[in-house]
Amino acid sequence: MIAPGGRIQIENVEKSFGANGHAMPALMDATLEIQGGEFICLLGPSGCGKSTLLNIVAGFIPPTRGRVLVDGRPVTGPGRERGVVFQEYALFPWLTVAENVEFGPRLAGRPPAERRELVARYVGMVGLSEHRGKFPNQLSGGMRQRVAIARALANTPSIVLMDEPFGALDAQTREVMQDELARIQRLELKTIIFVTHSIREAVYLGDRVVVMTRSPGRFKEVFSIKLPQARDRFAPEFTHYESEITRVLKDEVGAAHA
Amino acid sequence: MIRAAALLIFLGSWAVVAHGNRALEAVPASLLPTPGEVATVFAALAGDGSLARDLLVSSRRIAEGFVLAALAAGALGVVVALSAPVRLMLQPVIEFVRPIPPLAFLPMFLVWFGLGETSKVAFIAYTTFFPMFVGMAASLMRVDVALLRAAASLGATRRDLLWRVVLPSAIPGIVTALRLGFGLAIFVIVGAEFMGADAGMGNLIMEGRTFFNPAQIVMGALLLGVLGSLVHALLVAIERRALRWRGAA
Amino acid sequence: MSNPTIGDRGRASALSTISDLMQWGLRGAPPPARRALGLRMGAVLAFVALWSGAAGAVSLLKLFNPIFLAGPWLVFGTLLQVARDGQLWGHIAATLERVVLGFSLGALLAIGLGLLAGASRVLDRVVEPVVELLRPIPPLAVLPLFIVWGGIGEASKIAFITYVTFFPTFLATVHAVRGVEPVLVRAAESLGARRGQLFVRVVLPAALPEILTGIRVSVALAFFVIVIAEFVGAERGLGYLINDGRNFFLVPQMLGAAVVLGLLGSAASFLVSLVERRWLRWERPSTS
Repeated sequence: MIAPGGRIQIENVEKSFGANGHAMPALMDATLEIQGGEFICLLGPSGCGKSTLLNIVAGFIPPTRGRVLVDGRPVTGPGRERGVVFQEYALFPWLTVAENVEFGPRLAGRPPAERRELVARYVGMVGLSEHRGKFPNQLSGGMRQRVAIARALANTPSIVLMDEPFGALDAQTREVMQDELARIQRLELKTIIFVTHSIREAVYLGDRVVVMTRSPGRFKEVFSIKLPQARDRFAPEFTHYESEITRVLKDEVGAAHA
Repeated sequence: MIRAAALLIFLGSWAVVAHGNRALEAVPASLLPTPGEVATVFAALAGDGSLARDLLVSSRRIAEGFVLAALAAGALGVVVALSAPVRLMLQPVIEFVRPIPPLAFLPMFLVWFGLGETSKVAFIAYTTFFPMFVGMAASLMRVDVALLRAAASLGATRRDLLWRVVLPSAIPGIVTALRLGFGLAIFVIVGAEFMGADAGMGNLIMEGRTFFNPAQIVMGALLLGVLGSLVHALLVAIERRALRWRGAA
Repeated sequence: MSNPTIGDRGRASALSTISDLMQWGLRGAPPPARRALGLRMGAVLAFVALWSGAAGAVSLLKLFNPIFLAGPWLVFGTLLQVARDGQLWGHIAATLERVVLGFSLGALLAIGLGLLAGASRVLDRVVEPVVELLRPIPPLAVLPLFIVWGGIGEASKIAFITYVTFFPTFLATVHAVRGVEPVLVRAAESLGARRGQLFVRVVLPAALPEILTGIRVSVALAFFVIVIAEFVGAERGLGYLINDGRNFFLVPQMLGAAVVLGLLGSAASFLVSLVERRWLRWERPSTS
């Protein structure tokens, strides 16, 4: 039942904003091949274009140059095979938790029985079964983000794109959510692109970590995280990756503040 | 509790001032009606059914004008929200007409539609149209891009985006616009019935001036105040109930 | 696994595409400045053309008595004529006089009383019930009372405008004074501010934005109701011009006066917003 996630090819993607003539590239020369089921973390200082790249893969904005292929087909707009989890949750405030989660399947015309099953499964998976009838404004930040994740997953996308999903949470909740996500990923095996600020988070979650330069953003270095599935944040190998990446990133951050 | 007490104090002071005035003859007695006189007028008009008739007539005009305007505002609001060219074209027109106080057009409506019901209904419709239209269009356009993106990445088509995201997210704003429009209709109907009307609350109040019966004016005004706040409270309650999901937001 | 949906294809391009919606929501892409200007001017011209066309069609085709729909040129021409022979200014002055006097009085009373009521719980307890009782009453319903009391002269009109302008500003002032953040007061106190200083240097400035908002509403309201005050028993004024036109179906006069009134109202609102911008510079984060 579990097929591995979609394959993504990012080919020479470049994005500039601004009117003709004043084009400032936010993102340049982004090239990467992502296998099905891989967990990729995009890491970099503010303004390095990591969110821009995510939005391009999601199909929300077109690249100025280059293209993105999903399973061999070019991306021309948003689509249900690329689910998105936003930093600001973007839950539909007029719908309950359950209704939010079944939004995608509903659009796809799935029969009610199937929708109920999907909702039960994914709301349960994120641990919010008792809250299924509540509205988003009755939930805490962490709970809302869990609903957002459940909503994206319930639509059975092959790829999940996450833009600093835990950015607005406090430190403790954040770590709990990271554990949750890692656990879910082991079950679902989606291809995930995860944008973050936090080196710790990237090392904890990612199969590969892509470190980006400051604006105009390029891929500086790609780290392969060879750690076991269940990761120990305090293991020496973990810390080693952390310090390696910190070193690489520090140049960028330092320069950005110069 | 405090409100009731304050009300009593107000009534009390009013009575004192009015009756005191009679005793001292500071101001012509007829100019300062006592609570008793006002109550008498109320009883008289309520008794012979003319009060009910006036209330009904005014309410009818408000209702008809408001519904017309609401439908038009909704339809045009959707069109303007969805189509940038239409919006750009209509904008100068709207910005030109909007600052003109609607009451300034009242005589024009009387000229165009005569002195009958139509002119009043049309006037109410015109007055409430603009604020509701602007409010509804703004609510529709204010939809959060993140919500549109979320829905699109869940597989929404353009039609889905309109019906399942834009409209639901605009409903609170639309309801508020309707409520404000209705309030405006109530505000304006009185003025609209001052001239060229033979029935209605505005006419009733104006008669108080024509026949030098200030008690009637005061009675009409107070009654409108009471009814107005009741209606307002009702509308707010409905709004709150229908939008439970808004919560603190 | 189908690729992304572009939605209903083949629809008129006047509606936003998915791509536009994803980037800018319903507002659409910001059009290049020049094009936007061109579109606006085109729209204005189209409006004038439409209006003229409608008026022309009415008289040519005799749809109804052409008196009822005056084209823009007629309105403009009438206005110019009335302006040139001096009458218009007298009417404008009359209207402005009433509005300005009434508004000034109302605003002063409102702010004065509002500050006191906001600062003193006792005074507020006394004043609030009265205000709460009077507030729901449509001000227009009270106009005849002012006329009965004051006759049809200037006094009753000015008094009426005063009454109308009072409420929004008063309520805003009270609310603003009450709403001053306690932490600001505490900060000032810990810096040694005494009662009087607190009020002048902390409460007043903090309350100013909301008070100005109340003023803006009051100004709009004053222009809103002045017309009707001038319908009923006036010899001069823009409202008088409008109502007077009814007698002989002088629609250009009616429309013209209405337009002038709209311009005055806009100008007044603009003035208030200028004041806001000047005095409330500290509110806006500066972009640098």
